[in-house]
Amino acid sequence: MATDGLEFAGHSLSRASLDACVKCTICETQCPVAAVTPLFSGPKYVGPQAERFRNGESVDHSLDYCSSCGTCTLVCPQGVQIAELNSQARAVMKADHMPLRDKLIGQTVLMGKVMTPVAPIAKAALNNKPIRKVMEAVVKVHEDAPMPPPQSQTFEGWFRKRPTPAGPFPRGPVVFFHGCAGGYFEVETSKKSVEVLEYLGYQVIVPKQGCCGLAQQSNGLFKGATKDVLKLCDDLRSAGKDLTIVSSSGSCTGMLKHEAHEIMGVEDERLKDVGTRIVDMMEFLLDLHEAGELPTDFAPIGMKVPYHAPCQLKSQGIGKPALEVLRLIPDLEVVDSGAVCCGIAGTYGLKKEKYEVAQAVGKPLFDMVKATSSELALCDTETCRWQIQKSSGVRTEHPIYLIHRAYGLS
Amino acid sequence: MRKLAVDVVVIGGGSTGAGVVRDVAMRGYSTVLLERADLGQGTTGRFHGLLHSGGRYVVSDPLSATECAQENAILSRIQAGAVEMTGGYFVTGPDDDPSFADKFLAGAAATGVPAQEIPVAEALRNEPRLNRGIKRAIEVLDGTVDGWQLVWGAANSARHYGAQILTYHKVTKIDTVDGHVAAVHCTDLKNGEDVVIETGFVLNCAGPWAGQIAAMAGAHPVDVIPGRGIMVAMSHRLVNRVVNRCIYPADGDILVPVHTVSIIGTTDVKVDDPDNLAIEANEVQQMFDAGEVLVPGFRKARALHAWAGARPLIKDNRVAATDTRHMSRGMAVIDHTTRDGLDGMLTIGGGKLTTYRLMAEHIVDAMCEKLGEKRVCRTADEDMPVEGAGPNYVVTHRLHDREHDRLDDQIICECELMSRKMFTDALAEQPKGTFDDLRRQLRLGMGPCQGGFCSMRATGIALASEHIDIERATELLRLFLKNRWIGLWPILHGEQLRQTALDNWIFAGTLDIEHLPAAESEVVL
Repeated sequence: MATDGLEFAGHSLSRASLDACVKCTICETQCPVAAVTPLFSGPKYVGPQAERFRNGESVDHSLDYCSSCGTCTLVCPQGVQIAELNSQARAVMKADHMPLRDKLIGQTVLMGKVMTPVAPIAKAALNNKPIRKVMEAVVKVHEDAPMPPPQSQTFEGWFRKRPTPAGPFPRGPVVFFHGCAGGYFEVETSKKSVEVLEYLGYQVIVPKQGCCGLAQQSNGLFKGATKDVLKLCDDLRSAGKDLTIVSSSGSCTGMLKHEAHEIMGVEDERLKDVGTRIVDMMEFLLDLHEAGELPTDFAPIGMKVPYHAPCQLKSQGIGKPALEVLRLIPDLEVVDSGAVCCGIAGTYGLKKEKYEVAQAVGKPLFDMVKATSSELALCDTETCRWQIQKSSGVRTEHPIYLIHRAYGLS
Repeated sequence: MRKLAVDVVVIGGGSTGAGVVRDVAMRGYSTVLLERADLGQGTTGRFHGLLHSGGRYVVSDPLSATECAQENAILSRIQAGAVEMTGGYFVTGPDDDPSFADKFLAGAAATGVPAQEIPVAEALRNEPRLNRGIKRAIEVLDGTVDGWQLVWGAANSARHYGAQILTYHKVTKIDTVDGHVAAVHCTDLKNGEDVVIETGFVLNCAGPWAGQIAAMAGAHPVDVIPGRGIMVAMSHRLVNRVVNRCIYPADGDILVPVHTVSIIGTTDVKVDDPDNLAIEANEVQQMFDAGEVLVPGFRKARALHAWAGARPLIKDNRVAATDTRHMSRGMAVIDHTTRDGLDGMLTIGGGKLTTYRLMAEHIVDAMCEKLGEKRVCRTADEDMPVEGAGPNYVVTHRLHDREHDRLDDQIICECELMSRKMFTDALAEQPKGTFDDLRRQLRLGMGPCQGGFCSMRATGIALASEHIDIERATELLRLFLKNRWIGLWPILHGEQLRQTALDNWIFAGTLDIEHLPAAESEVVL
């Protein structure tokens, strides 16, 4: 079927879903971007309304102010795939004049590969004002935007070089998916996830894995993204049939579960297979708990922490499993941010022309985080953590960080 | 009583009348057009929006085919802004006879209708929702046309040449003196005033109502047989080209993308009264079935609105009177001198929207001949003042316009992207217009919500503009919603039912529109 994402974008099932719009405006009231800037006309306007005026071309360039956070689709009571329509229209619009910047920031693996060997230099460079000003001028990435923290060792490097765990593994094997960020930048999150899984008695298999293509997809580069996501499916399937795939990367999980199919029209058995087997780390733990199989002998952590459920996680329709698992830790007070979005939306908030918008979107969250704790905040996805940490000044980690500690592993 | 005197009175403000009054004015006659309602409110505003390539008629009616092909090229030039050059396909459905396509191609060659068979795969690539079981595909130059813009364009062009356009003027009587037309009486429906127009010539362009007009002048009955056709608009463009079944003309054989919707049509049933056109449930179902053949899943797509129009077919002895589809679509000019001993009147019937300019040329030529004058028709050579000057319409136009003024102006009709300024400008030009009059020019309330969100906004703005008072505002809103409802109830199912329920909560529940105070005296709409 339609393997060319752009071709799909012109005539997708999403377009058929616009028939369900009753103009109720609920999406507009929940859109975090429209709430802070008139530059974006809002999801109803850009989605089901404007789509009727598109004949395979998008003349409404302001639709690029959509951050693709997906909140509109989540809140629509009629089932309109609003965010998907917008992503497709954007891809069509940008097809013939894709900015170099958007091509570059979609290349997450490339960034990781380039930065890891020279981590101290990269870190210094990304914190260097004059260098960032040049970056802003040349590739239009805002000088104050959060950047991934370069690491000296990749997760893969750590995983292969560490002493092989002896076992036994009474619960059998699971596949671990960490995503590019978890491989190159959020190495600690990946390590802690593996250690928690092994503590619980799982044999963790980590196949060599590439990028899910999400950053390319959200920048409208469907062709590259489709190639990458299918390659990743092959990678993950190589670890074994029917095994559960546990992921510590919330946004990449969303790409595998629904976005590659719904936005780019990827119809492929491999994607379906991986999409139904992959499960978010915290959802995995909650499932165990609900089955009475999660040890709850957590050490108390006397702390009050803000927790923010990222858009990409919410759009998977799994609720907020981290909240429920974290609340099993004695003395730990977890406060739900209640905020819609942190503003970053993958790569949106990095862009020079969107930076201020993204900061305004995230401001209620940053304020909430600062008012709740000066020590630590929790959030399931990588770029959101970078954004929250950079803008609130509060260290921000994956929820597994406290689970790991409460099990006495750190 | 108002008195006027003109060379020629044109009766009927549909496409034919508008084309005729333009032609008459361009040939230097003083003229007035009389229309009992708004321009394009009869047959012209109730067709599917197809600008024929001629393909539809290459087998059944070769003369019409050639005329359509020629006029298509002229209209898409002189009224570019009203025409979208979508292109069209004739496709052989899974159960259709594939050999008809051979007759079609031969007919097209013989009639001068550009047509080219293309690989089915190419058709499916360009129109991915098309039935994947189609067996053949022929590409033609079908386009789509906005009937109201077409009529207003011609009327404005006529005004430019000195013609008067009197809408909401109902003809009541035609005076004759010594077997010659002498005057036309009409009533201005907006204020009840009688108007008498002295004239030497009447051109009867009343379409399905032409028989009623001819009778007023004492002519023998003109057998116009109104052929009722229903159409259903679907909520978005399921196809971006006109898609025709490649079969002998039948019901529901055309799907037309016009503006933001796609329209499936049509049926053909002989009726007696063109003012009383039912939208029968079985015909609506027939349209959905026909749509399913062209675009699988059609029944699950959202239908927005259904309506019926009446074709103005002149009786032709070649076929049975009950089979109006196979009567000649060719135009016929009736000369009342030879037929009724009545000088100074011609009636025109038949034809189709695509050939409206040519029909006008024929009847005005006939008039000049009777008057013994040689005045040349120039309507094909001159672009219309407004829409003729620019490029052809494309569906992205309004989205493009709103992209540029969205930060400075409000959007009142969200479905059809009508801005506040578009509305207030049109209202200032037509302060006595109903919201349906404005709708025909602006597409107010013609999108998925069918007026649910925009009509009360429009009412408030109209009231604030001080063109109307509170009693008229209430009645205008009620009338608008009532008229929308006529087209809604026949298709109430699926997604549109949800919308209608929500709209009903808004109007009946929140606004309690049924119980708004009644006007103290009658409001003339």
